[in-house]
Amino acid sequence: MEFLPTLWFILIAVLWGGYLFLEGFDLGVGMLMKTFAKNEKQRRVLLNTVGPVWDGNEVWLITAGAATFAAFPYWYASLFSALYIPLTLVLIALIFRAVAFEYRGKAQTSATRNAWDWAIALGSFTAAFGVGAMLALSTTGLPLNANGDRVGGPFAWFTGYAVLGGLGVVAFCLLQALAFLGLKTDGEIRHRAGKLLGRWIPVGLAPLAAWAIAVALLNHSTAAIAPLAVAVAALLFAWIHARKNHEGRAFIAMGIFLLAGVGAIFVAAYPNVLPSTIDPAYNLTVFNASSSPYTLRLMSVVAAIGLPLVLAYQSWTYWVFRKRIIEAHIPDAHAVTPIV
Amino acid sequence: MDALEIARWQFGITTVYHFLMVPLTIGLGLVVAVLQTVWHRTGQEEYRRMTKFWGKLFLINFIMGVATGIVQEFQFGMAWSEYSRFVGDVFGAPLAMEALLAFFVESTFLGLWIFGWDRLPKRIHLACIWIASLASIFSAYFILVANSWMQHPVGTEMVNGRAVMTDAWAVFTNNTALVTFPHTIFGAFAVAGGFLLGISWYHLYKRRQGGIDTVDAAGNVIIGESATLGRNRDKVDYQVWIKSLRIGATIAMVAFMGVALSGHAQAQLMIEQQPMKMAAAEAACHDGTGFSLLSVGDLRSGGATTCDDVVGVFEIPGLLSFLANNNFTTEVKGVNTLVPEYQAKYGTHLPDDPMYGDRAGSEINYLPVMEVTYWGFRLMITLGGLSAVAAAVALWLTRKGTVPHSKWISRLALFGMLAPFGANSAGWIFTEMGRQPFVVAPNPSFEGIDQVFMYTAAAVSPGVSAGEMLFSLISLTSIYAFLLVVEVVLLTRYIRGGIGSAMPELHDHPDDDQKDTDVLSFAY
Ligand code: HDD
Ligand code: HEM
Ligand code: HEM
Repeated sequence: MEFLPTLWFILIAVLWGGYLFLEGFDLGVGMLMKTFAKNEKQRRVLLNTVGPVWDGNEVWLITAGAATFAAFPYWYASLFSALYIPLTLVLIALIFRAVAFEYRGKAQTSATRNAWDWAIALGSFTAAFGVGAMLALSTTGLPLNANGDRVGGPFAWFTGYAVLGGLGVVAFCLLQALAFLGLKTDGEIRHRAGKLLGRWIPVGLAPLAAWAIAVALLNHSTAAIAPLAVAVAALLFAWIHARKNHEGRAFIAMGIFLLAGVGAIFVAAYPNVLPSTIDPAYNLTVFNASSSPYTLRLMSVVAAIGLPLVLAYQSWTYWVFRKRIIEAHIPDAHAVTPIV
Repeated sequence: MDALEIARWQFGITTVYHFLMVPLTIGLGLVVAVLQTVWHRTGQEEYRRMTKFWGKLFLINFIMGVATGIVQEFQFGMAWSEYSRFVGDVFGAPLAMEALLAFFVESTFLGLWIFGWDRLPKRIHLACIWIASLASIFSAYFILVANSWMQHPVGTEMVNGRAVMTDAWAVFTNNTALVTFPHTIFGAFAVAGGFLLGISWYHLYKRRQGGIDTVDAAGNVIIGESATLGRNRDKVDYQVWIKSLRIGATIAMVAFMGVALSGHAQAQLMIEQQPMKMAAAEAACHDGTGFSLLSVGDLRSGGATTCDDVVGVFEIPGLLSFLANNNFTTEVKGVNTLVPEYQAKYGTHLPDDPMYGDRAGSEINYLPVMEVTYWGFRLMITLGGLSAVAAAVALWLTRKGTVPHSKWISRLALFGMLAPFGANSAGWIFTEMGRQPFVVAPNPSFEGIDQVFMYTAAAVSPGVSAGEMLFSLISLTSIYAFLLVVEVVLLTRYIRGGIGSAMPELHDHPDDDQKDTDVLSFAY
């Protein structure tokens, strides 16, 4: 076991875990915009619960991508180019979602506002599904040749695992969002969110758990059993507390479920970062896909300084905006009247 | 078009588009931070309004920068996988640092600033915009380090056919980066200055047109108030625009001086590091010292490897030499001298390697597309220069307190506002296309490093089909076109709404600032 590439494998897992944990609920809240929120005021409550933090959460995705580029260029190159079409769709989804967050409140008519709401909902869904599918494929394999390039055409990635991973992340995001709304709002929204959460936890977390188990089985990994057990325990804990309307505990427990699940997946996949389904000799591993020790050392120093800082000021942000948001907090919409 | 050409179009379109938002974010961010600081120090109402108004426009633009930036981050892996494999060891590091050390800070503290108006103590709230704004400048540094390494690789050696970092200090203090960074930042301030100037001019003009402000016999302004528009057109409103205008014009002029000085430094490096780019920028076939004001003839770069019949019509003797060498007599090498030099050093044909696809074994054209480099270089300088002149004229015309009542001059103000955007795009297109046929240009001056280079033809993803690339090119381009319209419409609406668009309380509570404190002051 080489130390630095392994350390970076762990760090990338941490970044993906951090991304799914944090952006999980804001993607979920986005998806709930059209179905869960009942009227304009409620939609704005939903938006404002994630308003101050969604962009910071999205940077976890950017950082996960860029850190993969820096630490495992071959992984970055093969995975992203193999998933060209789905990632294009994810990018489009993220573009619309970001723009819609900022612009929906500035729409003049309810029809445009409605269109932006759909952009948020569909954008969040597509992004969550795409990221889930990508991670599932990275842990279960793609048809890669000796150079690490995809063979078999633009849709060779479309497998059951892709769907499983996509659904797993989408469902997780929805549940995490319900727990988050329970924590961040009050009144009718909180009440409904709590009820839905208590009902859907076992079903919603199942695909993610299935993916983790599948990766463990595929790799005959015994090391993944411990984190898997933690994940299952967290799932039960989350379910029990959700039914008792303890949103805080349910939220934390689902976070632990996620981190343990991601941990199990990465532990089981190690040392593969991207297996080839054509020939195991073409597998990209922690060792043959990584950057030089010099670069990894440099990046380790940067991460040792940067990551704790990020965690510190992002936690502080959540503290600053800890107050629950209710419909009465939402100011009336104002039309921008041209004075010239 | 094959996959390579589509990928290049896509990269060009998406980065130039991203860079429409970037300079405004960088420039306006710092301006808003300074305005808010002045407001806190002096408590003057006009600075409060300026902070809110320019802050609003800043946010509308910022979000588009974010949305288009993500595409950039993923594109290297998606469309340029061979490139990513080749350079990842060196190039990935500044990109990851940008995300970890700059983007996190920028997005988090901007979120705090937007939603923290009534949640944070005043000083901390002010600190948030400073931190976010400085982080965006910091992010520019990192990405420019990455880009400069492609222009001029340093701190690197070849190991098993890929570039490997050996000296991070050299990469992060690359002299190319050190001159590109100020040039780009000053270019960003040119954009922000023009933006302030153009919009303020428009409002002052509308005040005059509406008969609110008038001038006395000596031409001095008499500030008035509108009876119907209330606080949207009071005397403070006048102060907002005149002060913004003067600040903007000053920024634009200083920025132009900064761009000119740093551009001069860049040209000097370019002549050493990428002599072909300089020759192509001048459409100079033969060695010489003159700076071409107008050259005619067939620039002939589409496929040609030599260059004969470009004739300089107007040249300023010695100026090119000055730009490049600080004296008036040193000859700058022309294309016809350089092509054989490049051929001797880097070969005449692409290797017969499958990574080059259909292009394997074909002749290498070392000549960039000269129409683009020649006119790109001139467009950058001209547009930038004209907007600086416009700023100086604007300062002079408003010396008595308001703008002339002239529709025609108002149109010029609009030009002064758009020109710096054009200058920035032209600068990038020139820089990036002048580097062709290399995606990583060779560094001619270092022993051992001069083999670290990569042809653009080798950089594209081998596994991705032309059809896939076309799909993303078409979808991204049409979405970008659509969003540009949306952004411009929104900006225009908020600009036309004046202060009231950023401070609805001016409409809703015409007489008092006291709002229901339980209501979020800044909500989506
Ligand atoms: C000189 C400055 C500069 C240049 C050359 C680029 N960018 Fe940029 N970028 C910025 C300056 C910037 C910025 C000022 O920091 C932005 C603009 C608006 C914003 O939100 O931040 C930004 C946003 C931005 C974001 C979103 C950050 C967020 O979510 O907060 C990403 C991922 C990138 N950029 C990535 C790139 C890449 C990969 C580039 C290279 C091709 C690139 N940018 C060129
Ligand atoms: C935001 C400012 C930038 C602009 C406007 C810009 C513009 C362009 C343009 C117009 C091209 C197409 C050139 C051609 O096809 O002939 C291009 C290519 C490219 N640029 Fe940039 N660029 C920018 C920043 C960067 C940065 C910061 C990097 C690296 C970190 C970069 C890396 C590349 C790459 C990899 C290509 C593709 C290869 C090629 O076609 O040359 N660019 N860029
Ligand atoms: C007298 C004026 C100017 C001179 C002499 C000058 C010079 C240069 C040179 C030589 C380059 C190419 C650097 C390289 O490829 O290595 C460049 C690039 C560039 N210029 Fe200018 N420039 C001037 C004005 C401007 C203005 C007014 C703007 C924008 C407002 C601008 C924006 C840019 C940008 C964005 C680039 C590409 C990024 C970079 O390489 O820095 N320039 N300029």
